Amino acid sequence: MTQTEATQDPAGMTVVIWVSEGTWRGCVDAARRILPFNARIVLLHVTLADIPAAAHGAYAGLLGRGHPERDPGTRVSALAAEAAAELLEDASRRLAMPCTRTERHGRVEREVVAAADGADLLVAARDGDRSRLGPKSLGPATRFVVDHAPCAVLLVWPEAPPVVGTIPPRPGPPRHGPHHR
Amino acid sequence: MPWSSTAEWVGGPALNAVAAEAVSVAAFVVVLAWAVARPRGWPEAVAAVPAAIALVAAGAIFPAVAVAEAQRLAPVIGFLAAVLVLAHMCDDEGLFRACGAWMARLSAGSARRLLVLVFMVAAVTTAVLSLDATVVLLTPVVFATASRLDVRPKPHVYACTHLANSASLLLPVSNLTNLLAFAVSGLAFGRFAALMALPWLAVIGIEYLMFRRFFAADLDAGGQVLAEARPVEVPVFALVVVACTLAGFAITSAAGVNPAWAAFAGAGVLSVRALAQRRTTPLAIGRAAAVPFLAFVLGLGIVVKAVVSNGLGSAIGLLIPGGEGLPALLATAAVAAVLANIINNLPAVLVLLPLAAPASPGAVLAVLLGVNIGPNLTYAGSLATLLWRRIVHQHGPGPSLREFTKLGLLTVPAGLVLAVLALWGALHVIGG
Repeated sequence: MTQTEATQDPAGMTVVIWVSEGTWRGCVDAARRILPFNARIVLLHVTLADIPAAAHGAYAGLLGRGHPERDPGTRVSALAAEAAAELLEDASRRLAMPCTRTERHGRVEREVVAAADGADLLVAARDGDRSRLGPKSLGPATRFVVDHAPCAVLLVWPEAPPVVGTIPPRPGPPRHGPHHR
Repeated sequence: MPWSSTAEWVGGPALNAVAAEAVSVAAFVVVLAWAVARPRGWPEAVAAVPAAIALVAAGAIFPAVAVAEAQRLAPVIGFLAAVLVLAHMCDDEGLFRACGAWMARLSAGSARRLLVLVFMVAAVTTAVLSLDATVVLLTPVVFATASRLDVRPKPHVYACTHLANSASLLLPVSNLTNLLAFAVSGLAFGRFAALMALPWLAVIGIEYLMFRRFFAADLDAGGQVLAEARPVEVPVFALVVVACTLAGFAITSAAGVNPAWAAFAGAGVLSVRALAQRRTTPLAIGRAAAVPFLAFVLGLGIVVKAVVSNGLGSAIGLLIPGGEGLPALLATAAVAAVLANIINNLPAVLVLLPLAAPASPGAVLAVLLGVNIGPNLTYAGSLATLLWRRIVHQHGPGPSLREFTKLGLLTVPAGLVLAVLALWGALHVIGG
């Protein structure tokens, strides 16, 4: 199915909503507003392998401590699994539409792109510095996802979108009238 | 130089110097390899203690020298055990849970404010209750706190792992490396802390600035104010005991008494209370004291003593300039940081201390800057690929080494230089 066909017949469309800490509410709210009730929605969360690994590494660096059961990486892994399940549960409740949940592990940007394979739409949020609008309003992982997603991407603001007036005036001498470009 | 002292320096009459050095280095490599690989999950001491005994038996180190080294290390190890128990009991009392609840409330859902709080809590925890407490007890709490606030936990967890090393400069109890150095430095507890306060603050400041930049995107993603703020139950008793223990360190040391007694008293009070309230068992307290770890340190210490005194010491000694001039301190800290990244900072400090101690207290503290800040440069403080492979093998995908090293390159050289400058300044103002 091509992308055009998918958007013409939204009833069967598969939509992946990327649920990420701090910004997921914007994605879920946009999906609720825009998607038809019978869309096949997948809530996706990616747990960073880096975080438990950093804790494992810190403990391994303490030479001689033994006690693998004290390794904080194991505890952090367990907490991460719990946190991910809770996050997806919260997202599902807020969405209040039929959906499935997917939890992946590894490098965020690559896992999101892989999960979007075969989908018609990926919903992602701006997660960078939104106080200065521009390229930096996308974090590096989101930038990667937007650039490499194998489907259309709906990019939402996690908070209220900026008004047009926030665009700085064009540099150079003042221009008059809409015909000056 | 009389022959007898030369013989002692060389290590003993049973082996010639070259053979003794070769045997000692081989034993050292075996001890480290075992500690990294931990075959069958057996404790590190299983190799370290027999290796030390074997070196004595083979004549690579005089029995009297080995015994003297053990006698020197024993109080340090006892001190360490007391600090480990103290931290464990504080955890039992709910100190770290309280820290988590406190950070959650004060951060008001801001990832950046949470980072400030994590920096404060991790720096103080490391300084007072040692880096083990930060790595083992605080890190999971910080992760859980960030998750509760819907904040991306990566910067905050990485802050714990970094500060466990770099914020372990302040007090002799902050790190085993410090305890070992403290024992040979001749400094009083208060003077040690006074000299290290500025370097400690400088390194934390650099780490904070770099973290803000490096993790800008994660911090920008934001967070959520807690819907229902749980009340923070402050473990007042544990906090008072820790405060008294800290005061006890300064007082005992000033009075010429080993400050380890203050640590014993603090750990003892919390243990007795927990036992009386049936919240813990003697076995759990014994486990917190980590006896196999203490035996490992003892064995490793004797093996390193053999390695250093059979000739390697004079070779590495050439790299330690001695003196308290700025270039000498910088060179000493750099050598220590590099060695810590090659053989891990615990063996590194054991190797370097006998060389730096005769020079000056300043040189000893410069070694500490190197071995404490340096390990952040490489994942797991190195022993390099061996360890890396083992961890990858055991726990699935590892972290992005590129990212980890990039963060290390941003924080470690700058932190090290600034800390040395601060130490140099402190030595001039306060005096070694």
